[in-house]
Amino acid sequence: MTTKKFMFVNRKAPYGTVYAWEALEVVLIAAAFEQDVSLAFLDDGVFQLKKGHQTKDIGVKAFEKTWGALEDYDVTKLYVAQESLAERGLTADDLAVPVEVLSRAEIGKKMEEQDVLLSF
Amino acid sequence: MKFAILISEGPYTHQASDTAFHFAKAVLAQGHEIFRVFFYHDGVNNATRLTTPPQDDRNIVDRWSKLAQGSELDMVVCVAAAQRRGIVDDGEMKRNGKDATNLAPGFRISGLGQLVEAGIQADRIVVFGD
Repeated sequence: MTTKKFMFVNRKAPYGTVYAWEALEVVLIAAAFEQDVSLAFLDDGVFQLKKGHQTKDIGVKAFEKTWGALEDYDVTKLYVAQESLAERGLTADDLAVPVEVLSRAEIGKKMEEQDVLLSF
Repeated sequence: MKFAILISEGPYTHQASDTAFHFAKAVLAQGHEIFRVFFYHDGVNNATRLTTPPQDDRNIVDRWSKLAQGSELDMVVCVAAAQRRGIVDDGEMKRNGKDATNLAPGFRISGLGQLVEAGIQADRIVVFGD
């Protein structure tokens, strides 16, 4: 099968809408299809990666365990916009998994290298 | 060129499905190919045949169905997103013990693999969302 470079761009906070969760479902399928998968987190999307989500009382599944499982699917390229973290008072230490922190401009360059960009 | 289209929003509340429809028509009119139109998130709500807009408004669902009839467009609704939102065909009705179906003509329900395949096969995948 052809391998293409797929980047999933996550721009939205984790629980106010379903986009983040349903994006993750596509990421896992793309990985199962053995595509070259990367994820970019911009704007409120950086909150998806924050440690310590407690969602029991709102009755929805938390993300944290799934981020850990991405490595089992060989999905290890997680790019986080430095400006988006800073605007929200976060650093890489606040995140649940290891990521590569890049400037927006550097993430833009990564986007240029992709075959398929899906934005959520 | 071979295009694929992803629609991430439902009809009427958002413009995404309208814009995607006009884009799809333009693509076909210029002699390009559309490998697949994939409906995800609330985009699956574009596929219910029970939609009944006022007579002086456009019928977004029928418009997609007619376009598919005329051009053999492959219009795929994500099964997981459809199950969450109550979009049902015969197979889903039986599998999940429901008492009705509502999938409009020209659409089919299938898995997310169809979206990934569209990304692999098409020269360009164009996302219509918010």
